[in-house]
This record gives sequence, C-alpha cells and structure tokens, in this order.
Amino acid sequence: MVKTLDKVDVVTVGVGWLGGIIGAECAKAGMKVVGIERGKERSTADYLRVHDEYRYAIRYELMQDLSKETITFRNSRKMRALPMRQMGSFLLGEGLGGSGTHWNGHTWRFLPYDFNIKTLTDEKYGKDKLSADYLLQDWGITYDELEPYFDKFEKTAGISGEDKNPFAGKRANGFPTPPMVKTPILKKFEKATSDLGYTPFMLPSANLSESYKNPDGQTIAACQYCGFCERFGCEYGAKTSPEITVIPTALKTGNYEVRFHANVVEVMKEGNKTTGVRYIDTQSGEEFFQPADVVVLTSYVMNNAKLLMVSGIGEMYDPETGKGTLGKNYAYQVLPGATGFFDEQMNVFMGAGSLGMTIDDLNGDNYDHSELDFIHGASMSITQTGVRPIQSNPVPADTPAWGPEFKKASIHNYSRTLSVGGQGASMPHKENFLSLDPDYKDVYGVPLLQLTYNFTEQDRKLHKYLTEKAATIMKEMGAKTVMAGNPISDYDIVPYQTTHNTGGTIMGASPENSVVNNFLQHWEVENLFVVGAGNFPHNGGYNPTGTVGALAYRAAEGIIKYSKAEGSLV
Amino acid sequence: MSKDKKGLSRRDFLKTTGIATGALIGGGVLGSLITQNATKDDVAGTGKNEAGGGEYVGEVFRGRMFFTNENEFKVLSEAVERIFPEDELGPGAIGLGVPYFIDNQLAGNYGSNAKEYMQGPFFAGESTQGYQSRLTRAEIFRSGIAKMDEEAKKRYDTGFAALEGDQKDEIITAFQKNEINMKGVASEFYFKLLRQATLEGAYADPIYNGNINMEGWKMKGFPGHQMAYIKEIETDKYMNIKPKSISSMEH
Repeated sequence: MVKTLDKVDVVTVGVGWLGGIIGAECAKAGMKVVGIERGKERSTADYLRVHDEYRYAIRYELMQDLSKETITFRNSRKMRALPMRQMGSFLLGEGLGGSGTHWNGHTWRFLPYDFNIKTLTDEKYGKDKLSADYLLQDWGITYDELEPYFDKFEKTAGISGEDKNPFAGKRANGFPTPPMVKTPILKKFEKATSDLGYTPFMLPSANLSESYKNPDGQTIAACQYCGFCERFGCEYGAKTSPEITVIPTALKTGNYEVRFHANVVEVMKEGNKTTGVRYIDTQSGEEFFQPADVVVLTSYVMNNAKLLMVSGIGEMYDPETGKGTLGKNYAYQVLPGATGFFDEQMNVFMGAGSLGMTIDDLNGDNYDHSELDFIHGASMSITQTGVRPIQSNPVPADTPAWGPEFKKASIHNYSRTLSVGGQGASMPHKENFLSLDPDYKDVYGVPLLQLTYNFTEQDRKLHKYLTEKAATIMKEMGAKTVMAGNPISDYDIVPYQTTHNTGGTIMGASPENSVVNNFLQHWEVENLFVVGAGNFPHNGGYNPTGTVGALAYRAAEGIIKYSKAEGSLV
Repeated sequence: MSKDKKGLSRRDFLKTTGIATGALIGGGVLGSLITQNATKDDVAGTGKNEAGGGEYVGEVFRGRMFFTNENEFKVLSEAVERIFPEDELGPGAIGLGVPYFIDNQLAGNYGSNAKEYMQGPFFAGESTQGYQSRLTRAEIFRSGIAKMDEEAKKRYDTGFAALEGDQKDEIITAFQKNEINMKGVASEFYFKLLRQATLEGAYADPIYNGNINMEGWKMKGFPGHQMAYIKEIETDKYMNIKPKSISSMEH
C-alpha cells in the first residue's frame, strides 16, 4: 500500500551539496521544497571525536551502507559483472551533506577549454586526433555562461584562493577569502616548479583561511590544520559543507523540510511529465508517494542514473549501435604521479584537505599536443592533507610488503615522503557506460546499477607522459629517491583512486546526444531536473565539486524560471 | 633472525601483553566514572598512562570476544608478529595488542561484514572486481588460521605457533603468493586481510585495544588526536609531539 502525501512544489532526491543548493534557492524564492535523504541527520556536533582514522578513514563511518545497495562492475562487455561488495576505488556518501561532508574541499572551475573540447580539438588538431571510439562532445554551455554560477558557489562556500593561475578562465570577482598558509612542504614544490618554468599557485580551498560569513548569512570558521579532512567531517565547521551552509539557509525560510531514512525507488511519470517520487521509509518499511510539481535528482552520479533507468525515463545507451543517451559517457580519472623519499623529517601529519599548491601548465590544452598522441592533461599538485599512520606506509619499491624490513622502512619514511600527483582528465569511450544489472538487486528489490569501464589508450598515454613530468618535479624538489607511478593497465575497482566519477546523465545542446539541456532539465520530461557530475560529458583534470556546484545554481535558476512559465528552458 | 622468537612461550606472551595492559586505558563509561574520582594530581606527570590522555583509570579488563580456542589465538598472534615484529624501534604486533584488536574487530561489524553487499549469486570473478567470497571476514580468519596450522603440520609436523621464524615466514609467503588452497576464498586474499588488520591494530587509536600505550604512534612519530596545528604548521622544524588518544576527549 503506497500512501500518497500532500503535494509540494519541489522534491529533491538526496540532500548533499546539490539538494542543499536547489533546496535553499527554491525555498528562498518561496517554493515549498522537500529533500528526501536515505541516510541520517548529522551536524558539526557529531564530529567532536572525528580524529579517528580507523573508524572514519578505514571503516568508512560516513559512507554508504553497501549491504543495502551497491553497484556491479565489469571491465568490458565480455566479462560477467559482479557486485562491488566493499568500497574501494571510490567512496559513495550517505546522510545529510552527502559526499560534501567528507570531501577534501578542492574547489575548481573546469577550464574554458573543457566546455568546448570537441570544437577546439577539431579546430586545432583535426577531426582524427582521437579515434571515433571516443565520444567527445561540447557541453552545450560555455565557461563564460557558467561564470556567474561559479562565482555564486564560491561565495556560498567562501573559497580560499589566489587568482594567480594564468590558465584559469576569467573571473568576475576575486576569491572570497585569501589563500591558506604556505608551508615549508608547499614551498619546496613552489620553488621546484618555478625553476622548471611552470607557474605554481595556491590550490582553491574549501577549508577556509579565515572565518567568513556568506551572502546567506551562514558563518564558516577558520581552518585549524588538524589533518583530518578527507573521509572525516569537520568538528570546527571550518570545512565548507552543505550542513553548515545551504541546508540551514533552506531551513531558515520555513519552506524546507528534509525527510530522513527515506530511500527513493522510482520517479513517477504520467505522459511526458513526472508527478513525484515513490520512496520507502527505511525504518518502518512503509511506502510513500510524494507528489511534486518539479522533481530534481540530486544524489550521486550512480544513483541519479539508476533512478532514471529503473523509472524508464529516456533511451538507454547501446554501445553496439551508439544509439540512446542514458548511461553514455561514463568517465573517471587517471592519477599520474611520483613519490619522493627525502633525508629530512617533515611535519606531514599536519595539514588540511585542500592545503596545496598546483600547476596548470600540463592541464587541458594549456600545452601543445601536436606532437603528442593524446589530448588534455592534469592539474599537478602537492597537497599536505595530514598523513595518517594506518593508510600511509611508504616504502621504496624493492622493500618487502611485511616483516622487519617493511616495519623499519615504513616507519623511517613515514615523515620523509612527499608525493606530487595529477588528476588526469578522462575522455569518454563508447565501451565505457552505465546500465542496469540483470541479476543483482538492492535490498528494496530494485536492480543494481552496472558499471562497464576500463582505462583506454588515451588514458594510458596521458598517464605515462604526466608521470614522467611528476618524477622530474619530484627530483627537482630534492628527493633522494624518486619512485614514479606504475603504468596503468586495467581499471581495478579495489584500491582507492578517486571519487570523481562522471557521466551517464550528460548535458548538451541536443536531445540527440545528451540527457539534459544546459539548465539540467530533462529533454523528454520537462519538470524533471538531473544535477551532478553525471552531467559532465567528459572528465577534466580537476576535482568536480566546483563545477557541479555551479551547475546546481544554474539548475536552481532554471527550476524557478520553469515554475513561472512551464516548457523547455532552451 | 628468528632466534629471539624461538623461546616465546604462551606464558611469556601473556606476560608481555599483561605488562602492556597494565598501562592501557579505556574510555567510555568505566573510564569516565573512575576518572571522576581521580584527582588531577594523581594524573599529571605520572607518565603511567598516556593512552587516555594522561589520566589513570585503574584496572583494565582486556579479553577475547571472538576466538574461543587457545591455539587459534596463538597462531594468529605468531603470524601477526612475523608481519610486524618487535625490533629496536619498539614493540611488534603482540606487544601492541594487535591479536586482541583483531579478535575484538572480528566479533563486531568488521567480522560480520555488516556494511558489505553479501547477496548472491557468488562467482570468483576477475581480480579487478575485488572481494567476491560468500564468507565473512570472521569466517575467513577462522579458516585461514586453521589452514596455517594445517600447512605447518604438513610441512614440519608441528603446529604453526611452534615453528621457527623462517618456517613461519615460508608459510605466510605461500599464502601471500596464493599457493595454498582455501575453500571459498583465495589464500592471497586472506593474507591481505591479515596484513591490513595487523597495520590497523598497530596504528589505530588505542580505544580499539591495539596500539597499546600509543607505542605504534610513538615509533612512527604520529601525534594522534591533536586539536589544531595552526600554530606549528608553518615551522621549518620537525615537531616531535607527544601523542594523544581520541579518548582524551571523554575526560
């Protein structure tokens, strides 16, 4: 028996950054909004005892409960997809704030090049730079069109940074707060990269350099550099997160409600419109229908795609024919890098998630690719995030994995090791996609999402080229021994790599090749919006959250516009 | 290299851990209650008890929640000590309480795979697809330990715990190289679990019953839970900071 609830103006599925932004903007505009969240309520008060590596970073206290729902994975269509039984390669969030609670806070704007990648690549390098198997396409929006929304997100979050990246898109305003402190470790990188002819700058950070009051009146505290950011919540309220910014802003209006322990299982549809969502109260097991004028999918990449698929909304991508758009262009990232072992001990245990310096000289099309057999690149950074002892046991390549030599080497090198790492962009390939699994189901009886993914030639070449660059930087930094990253082979879902999954519900200028338009409005179901990194037609060389935040503000504007005059927004 | 371990009897082992437990502090209700009765003078500067942030709470009751069989626990203890041995830097896995840490973890959510997807059907899969066993970690540990003992008896006619150091290493290496046949799981996977759990026990906050007296952190130079480094973050000097457990928040 499904119980029907009172209709609201807007319902969002998931309450992290995106549900929070949409919730705040629509509620401020006078709309009644309900955010449906499968996890629990949580706040800064829950993080007083968060400096616990084992509980949070190893056992994943803040992450999704996979016993209820996971995904299945295979490297290619020839393999049998099997469930991701435990978290590894990426960390799915759950609960109020979502991944915005346990992120590190690197807050980038994708490069102007990214938004027009197809046009610019064809113009400069010809149409055959990459083979036809790579489904490169423009985003249907330019950097300049998105700039005001980047600005808005950065102001909400109070991002700390400096406008010294010569390759960044033009900014209407400076960063809301100054950059974080430049530590001795960062200075090593700054000097080495400068000497090599690159242009280092402080990484744009959501761990704030000083206390800041945002335009909504929410205060974010100053970072204390305690070294517990990624995989942790912030006990100071100094890492900008949804639960200390947009969610209280939404609640303050009186037009907003979050419903916890509520797992959406279907987007309901009549004709070419959605009527609301069906969800299960995970505590009582009861089913509810929440009617709404507008439905916004604001959960993670995987779940947004899955909900469209199980609800039969849109045409599934078929890698055989190339037809269909839903599930297409799933992309990930590659991580070129090098580790250096030094003689001197450094305070590696101090830090903050976004304390770092970066060069963008090897990102996007900031360098010439005429003589290279790949496109794009990576932002290359050193970060001082706070190195913890369970996860960090750095040893030179020829050291055994256990026993007396391992113990000695891992203890010796713990405070003597630095890494330079790149976030390598990833181009969409026809064989990398999302679909529904035919065999495995979640605890509510809904099919699991299936991921078919492997690294491609483009990834391997990019990785190799930039790994060599990283090793050169590390050498210049004065490392006694430099260990370059191993070449990548097949994508492996076991070791942690990055939670920067993209695609599957991509945006674009035409329903022929995208799921949503540039307001993130579904092409076929006009009162349905799908927001997230799933909108990215390819993955760039940065962390996604800055760009995702901008898209959410753009979507919020679209939803408010739509509520006044229905129809397509483009 | 194995000589120093040769004569390590069960009594020696208990003695070692007994000494260490005498210095251990628990947080929680018991800790808080007793702490309320302790004066600050009793605490400050005694150096007796650093795991709880410098407060003495008296006797600690350490025990096994999972392993019921003496030999199973002994095999586990001897194996983790080979992975993370005592040396001139400081205690090994046994001295750090790692066997108790693992035992306690196996009795809880970790052991029962409470947050893992455990629905069938089960297939071995490719290595890139990760953990595909129908066994929980508790079941894998139990069967892995039995298999180590069995392998020792097959090769040397005696139980694992009584082997010489290099003989133990040979058997652990065989598991690592996936040369041992285990039912329902690859021996290499059991080895990885064992190695990872050893490091977790050596370096997790002492509230989990490993890393006794924060000796793991002291060896490594990790200060544990500190509220802030804002005053030190820009210094060029390497800071040797006295570690603190998260349990110090509870006093």
